[in-house]
Amino acid sequence: MPLVKGGKIATDVFVHVADDAEIPGDGGILISAGRFLGDAEALSGRAGKTGVIWPNNRDIDDLVPWLDRLAFVALVFPSFRDGRAYSQARVLRERHGYRGELRATGQVLRDQFVFMLRAGFDAFQVNKEADAEAFAATVKRYSVFYQPTGDGRITALHRRMQLRHSESAGP
Amino acid sequence: MYAYDELDRTIINERVEEFRDQVKRRLSGELSEDEFKMLRLQNGVYLQLHAYMFRVAIPYGTLSSEQLRRLAHVARKYDRGYGHFTTRQNIQFNWIKLAELPDALADLADVGIHAMQTSGNNTRNVTSDQWAGVAPGEIEDPRIWSELLRQYTTLHPEFSFLPRKFKFAITASDHDRAAIKVHDIGLRLYKNAAGETGFEVLVGGGLGRTPFIGKTIKPFVHGHDLLSYVEAILRVYNQYGRRDNIYKARIKILVHELGIEKFAREVEEEWLQMRDSALAIDDAVIEDIRSRFSYPAYEKLPHMPDELKKAAHDPHFEAWRKNATFPHKVPGYAIAVLSLKPVGGPPGDATADQMDAIADLADKYSFGEIRVGHEQNLALPHVARRDLPALWKALDKIGAATPNVNLVTDIIACPGLDYCSLANARSIPIAQELTRRFANHDTANLIGRLHINISGCINACGHHHVGHIGILGVEKNGEEFYQITIGGRADEKAEVGTLIGPAVPYGDVADVIEDIVEAYLALRARPDELFVDAVKRLGVEPFRERVYATR
Repeated sequence: MPLVKGGKIATDVFVHVADDAEIPGDGGILISAGRFLGDAEALSGRAGKTGVIWPNNRDIDDLVPWLDRLAFVALVFPSFRDGRAYSQARVLRERHGYRGELRATGQVLRDQFVFMLRAGFDAFQVNKEADAEAFAATVKRYSVFYQPTGDGRITALHRRMQLRHSESAGP
Repeated sequence: MYAYDELDRTIINERVEEFRDQVKRRLSGELSEDEFKMLRLQNGVYLQLHAYMFRVAIPYGTLSSEQLRRLAHVARKYDRGYGHFTTRQNIQFNWIKLAELPDALADLADVGIHAMQTSGNNTRNVTSDQWAGVAPGEIEDPRIWSELLRQYTTLHPEFSFLPRKFKFAITASDHDRAAIKVHDIGLRLYKNAAGETGFEVLVGGGLGRTPFIGKTIKPFVHGHDLLSYVEAILRVYNQYGRRDNIYKARIKILVHELGIEKFAREVEEEWLQMRDSALAIDDAVIEDIRSRFSYPAYEKLPHMPDELKKAAHDPHFEAWRKNATFPHKVPGYAIAVLSLKPVGGPPGDATADQMDAIADLADKYSFGEIRVGHEQNLALPHVARRDLPALWKALDKIGAATPNVNLVTDIIACPGLDYCSLANARSIPIAQELTRRFANHDTANLIGRLHINISGCINACGHHHVGHIGILGVEKNGEEFYQITIGGRADEKAEVGTLIGPAVPYGDVADVIEDIVEAYLALRARPDELFVDAVKRLGVEPFRERVYATR
């Protein structure tokens, strides 16, 4: 499955290590939340970088003490219809100030790219090759947004207020 | 009327283009039906028994004449020449073709109408009092806040994939015409002791197979905090609402399982962390939205003009005036309700020709404005009282002057087994038969206010739980049966009705309703004791006895 990062298809340098497999001494790894929290001190101190897959039914606050030691956080959409990870993403970004990579995994489809970007995701493990290729075009579908989120896009409400001010500031 | 600006228009147009692309990918097979289903639902498209059904939003029930004409155009060009107004200020077209939907949406987008989130597990069309802005005694126009919520909930990046659908309703009057107590979030606008505008927030109301009346989660939320408080509720629900069972996924179940106190604490904790975020609304933003609602330039007119005195000799006009016109906040004006419940007709349907004619009448007599109410009727909200006789004549010609508003034949019904793939039984023919049984206007008047609601299955789209008389279609061994409840209501005293006994077969329903009504006429304390009040006083027993004594 292609990975989209920085708006482009990228190579995933991290190796997904199953819970019962041995952890390699170096190199980037992606492991489950349970395995990471079971031995967080040792794992976050190893030479290679670590990413964690965080399930969508576990309180994201449990991960907060470790955020600065992680290479990235992968949140999960078991089905694209299950929207819990959108809330987790916004809480990580907007409440806990997480600035590292936030990766969308699971059933990641083209028609949810804009929502995911707005919620704070910046990397996408995309299901279909065609969707990954269409990424750049798809995220330009919308140019106006009603809600404020941590992505910093100006909302329609505030754009209107700015337009008003610039009108009234005229000669 | 709210005037869309360039920004609103851009979002709607971008949405149409997105959906055009999605339909194209579905038709080419690039999208599976499983992937496409939620996308089409979020654009108001259901797959029904015979065809696709298309549900279009009429936010807070306000329509311009231009918009109504465009709905008529869609009915004519893409459907079979009629539309069906629903209980949540939407209109449905029943025979639309998938390949033509993007064009229909584009035609609607031209006049600022959309179908975003009229279905799917997201926040639905925000509904409000259909008399907002014109009802006497209203605290302020709730549509300002409805519009703020419409914008906030449209394409929300966090809440477009909730456990289940989510509905808002707002009222700003003592008498609740928006049924806020049976919504996921109900908002009652009022001013606190300091004169500040805010809301009593109710949560967890809803009908369906497990009906609940909404509970107050916070007695006063300041208007400035409305969006952050709503976001806190939605976030708690998004994370903890059940996703393992579709029938337990609404917020009412979460509120019920946690208890309102615990749920309120969770929300409060979430809210306190973000009430001062970018969601805090300042007065300038509210004023900006207010400034884009236009209000008619009313004239100073007499309460009792000559035209009205003269027409008072015509008993047909008088019957209509007394039944279907209501006081307006401006002297000399009235609110005229247009019944879409003709004798023998399906409740809530209007033909394209009727829509065009009503749009013309709105231009002539109501400053170009039309309202849509949850009782599936329309209203002209600003009619000069001197114009009432002329309006009545015109409405009578197009079959929209039946004087049965709020009476026994003003029936709310879902489409039922005639259209719907979920239904167990027919709704429309039951409604049609009842309108024939009670066609005599004097009898209906004698009975007084009585709301009958019919649902063709347990999903309760006809709101049978909160009908004064509720009729629910069920299936028994392949045959249509109906459970009858009485004593429900959807207003500020909202209550779920009580079952009177075993379900009755299709052919008996109208007889049973007649028996219940006759029992009421015999038992009521005074002629002005309403049916629902008599049931409250007497309980269901005397009605049960009457219905089942001979069955």
